[in-house]
Amino acid sequence: MRHWIEKQRYIIDFTLSSLLRRKVKNIGLLALYTLIVFILASTMFFTYSIKKEASLILKDSPEIVVQKIVAGRHDLFPVNYIDTIKKIRGVASVESRLWGYYYDSLVGANYTLLTPPRNGSFTDTGKSTAKTTVVDSESTDNAKPLFELNGAVLEPGTLIIGNGIARLRAIGTGDYMPFLAFDGNVLNFKIAGVLSSQSELVSSDLMLINEEDFRKLFGIDNSYVTDVTVAVNNPGEIAMVASKIKKRLPQARPIIRDEILRTYDSIFNWRGGMMIVIFSAAVLAFVIFAWDKASGLSAGERREIGILKAVGWETSDVIQMKFWEGAIISLTAFFTGVILAYIHVFFTGSIVFEPALKGWSSLYPNFKLTPFINLEQLTTLFFLTVVPYTVATIVPIWRAATIDPDSAMRFTGE
Amino acid sequence: MIELVNVKKVFNAGNPSEFSALNSVSLLIEENQVTVLKGPSGSGKTTLLSIVGCMSRPSAGRVKLQGREITSLPERFLTDIRRKTFGFIFQQPNLIKGISVLDNVMLPAYPLGEKRVHLKNKAMKGLAALNIANKAASKVEWLSGGEAQRASIVRALINDPYIIIADEPTAHLDTKLSYRFMEIIETFKAEGKTVIITSHDPLVYESSMVDRVVNLRDGQIEV
Amino acid sequence: MILHPTVIANLLAAYISSFMVLYALFYGVQILKYWDIENGHELQLVLERKTYLIATLLGYVFGLQLLSLFLYIFTADSLTPLFVGAMCAAGTLNVDAFGYPTLVLKIVNFIVAGLWLVLNYADNQGYDYPLIKKKYLLLAFIAPFIVLETLLESAYFLSMKADVITSCCGSLFSSERTTGLGSEMAALPALSMLRIFYGVMFCTLASGIFFCIKSVGGYFYAALSLLMFLVSLVSIVSFISLYIYELPTHHCPFCIIMEEYHYLGYLLYLLLFGAVVSGIGVGVLSPYRQVESLKLMLNGFIRKLALASLILYAAFTALVTYEIVTSSLVIAYEVVY
Repeated sequence: MRHWIEKQRYIIDFTLSSLLRRKVKNIGLLALYTLIVFILASTMFFTYSIKKEASLILKDSPEIVVQKIVAGRHDLFPVNYIDTIKKIRGVASVESRLWGYYYDSLVGANYTLLTPPRNGSFTDTGKSTAKTTVVDSESTDNAKPLFELNGAVLEPGTLIIGNGIARLRAIGTGDYMPFLAFDGNVLNFKIAGVLSSQSELVSSDLMLINEEDFRKLFGIDNSYVTDVTVAVNNPGEIAMVASKIKKRLPQARPIIRDEILRTYDSIFNWRGGMMIVIFSAAVLAFVIFAWDKASGLSAGERREIGILKAVGWETSDVIQMKFWEGAIISLTAFFTGVILAYIHVFFTGSIVFEPALKGWSSLYPNFKLTPFINLEQLTTLFFLTVVPYTVATIVPIWRAATIDPDSAMRFTGE
Repeated sequence: MIELVNVKKVFNAGNPSEFSALNSVSLLIEENQVTVLKGPSGSGKTTLLSIVGCMSRPSAGRVKLQGREITSLPERFLTDIRRKTFGFIFQQPNLIKGISVLDNVMLPAYPLGEKRVHLKNKAMKGLAALNIANKAASKVEWLSGGEAQRASIVRALINDPYIIIADEPTAHLDTKLSYRFMEIIETFKAEGKTVIITSHDPLVYESSMVDRVVNLRDGQIEV
Repeated sequence: MILHPTVIANLLAAYISSFMVLYALFYGVQILKYWDIENGHELQLVLERKTYLIATLLGYVFGLQLLSLFLYIFTADSLTPLFVGAMCAAGTLNVDAFGYPTLVLKIVNFIVAGLWLVLNYADNQGYDYPLIKKKYLLLAFIAPFIVLETLLESAYFLSMKADVITSCCGSLFSSERTTGLGSEMAALPALSMLRIFYGVMFCTLASGIFFCIKSVGGYFYAALSLLMFLVSLVSIVSFISLYIYELPTHHCPFCIIMEEYHYLGYLLYLLLFGAVVSGIGVGVLSPYRQVESLKLMLNGFIRKLALASLILYAAFTALVTYEIVTSSLVIAYEVVY
């Protein structure tokens, strides 16, 4: 055993010096290898941490959202449905929501307008009595807030806007913003505050508006809301409550939070997978390149292996040496690529991908993703990069290792 | 001690370029003797040498080393025997550029996994015996022709072999160095080693310490 | 199909493995047909060189099989959120009919590939490659299973549809279901299984020690090794997992390789797999002890294998015992769930 360890040490020594002797060839390979790992790792880190962010945010979302569907389209939700829902056993509370989209033709952007939810259940007054609240993380330890108000207070006639809008329209607290109401009138709203950039990922295009102003802007009567959220006491009952709602209100569509989570998960998986498939062309090109490099032994290398075999190295010894060569290169490229990808995604906000991700969206959030790496990602990366490289080099390595020992004898001159 | 019986070696068998390097060669090499294989180029000297030195296998015939049949041994075993039994000195020093003389000399012993300290001592002793200990740490590119040759001799001796094989050792050496080389061969003989040399240099095959000259022509031994 | 990066990695590994095995088999067939050690002609020399390639390829396949076995479980675990009712890998594997067969085949292939490597090592020690034909026959035997495993794994991932209702881990491994493999495992009462585990382990260790000393009973030990492996797997589901999770209803054998349990499962499974491969290896090599070229070393090697297997099984038992003793769970009497 000791001999084997000592032998490996010798071979690793020799391999290192051999790699350093051929810097040019090996640096090219190493750079390309690192680049491939970097791209794939960046993609994976980005996808996984966005997925994680989304699931953290959605964690605290209501168990069921109920909407009204007419002819396959989302219609306004009648307020009198709410009592029907409240009567279902297992329902803890029902909250109404008012939200919608506003298209700003000046900058070509869509804003999401939302009436912030209140504490307690729905009252019939139609007036906002509660103070603005933060949908916050009291209940769950690490759910992320939908928005953070930074102490701003929403009074009638004011708006609280998200960071993206502030940047896009170059406006801030105290400025005025005109809106075109449903009846053609122009409503001027004052900006009361800007949402914190912590939640920018989801609140970039968000605007918080008072309920009365919302109804004035969009012309929605008091007897309607956009949709309602239902809280269910027992998580095991959610599916059953949803099916009861469907039975009693045939035009209602209950959406279960878990379904949303699953769907988001699927989408991110799919997107991540799609990118990997696209990059597989790059990986394939790299593998072919690696195979070619490994096969193309220069005359000098051939001579060297011939000498090794002539002085007493066996084929399996040469294979071991080549294996260590591959391992050293792979590990260096892998770790460098992963570290660079980590810095790229979590410190520079995926600067390389930004143009592709941004697309033509006018409201693009500046966000810092929370670093999230697990063993699964690293293992997947390993399988997608190191394994193909290693397999591609097996046959060339074997070919090199089976050079005849007496080739060294036959080499008679420069 | 090394016995060849009806050994044939054919390259590219079955192809139009098939050619027979050795044709039914039978040879017995005695222990503790200096044997020279002499012949023009193309006579099969190098092929014969590589078969004798366990570097390749004959296409037909039998090879015995110390009475043990080694004809059909797989490469693994052949290499193992070769490592322990033979030391090779090539026409060119064939040192690996870019690493030091010391590393070059220790190279054949790496697969055996000996402790580094012991190995280094052995190597330094070997270098000292041939007066190039001061060059141990230098890169091989800085050595003169004679020093390189001597380094390759030390390398050949690192595993204490008892048979030395030299292929045209004086081909690239001047007269003075060639004489020095033959002196080294004499010390081997004095130590009880067996030496096999191929050469067409009269300085070698007419030397007084040579016990036997074998003439090769067209893959066969001339009587 | 669920285009998850990890799924892609799994399939890539499976296809690469299959490809390597078929490539190796192609040359293996040549060797089976033309091998003649006595012959010095070029074909023989070429074939001898090829054996190095095949051995290297299969070495990589073996490593890849082990890694992809764990990656497979990882993937199943990470896909859990997509399926209603699935709580961990156990549920995901049940999503369609191919999940568990693939797992079983992966384990079998890993063990057989390991045995091939043991056989290869022994063969290399003989100066005339005495076992070469048997080695390549074994390869011909393994190859279809590895290809089958790849096909099953592809079928598993390709026929997956998210949001499919699946049996949850709790009902899979609890005794409510009366059919299905998982249910039968859990149905075995924990305390009785515990006694069986220690009993069989004692017999295995005793037999192994007897073999090491007397060199008799190699086949018996190999058979016991295999039995112990199966008993250990059943035990992990039946009671060992209970102690690790400290929960009398959590029988899942996959969660122990997860982060929450400090990746303990890796150690357990690695010890177990190592023990079974070396144990069965004893049986595989024993018929060749009289072969001329192996006579000198084979007995020693077989003994080393048996010793390795014993040490690994002993370590496994020690780890299990440690977990049981330090666990907060106490199974004082049998409760049927």
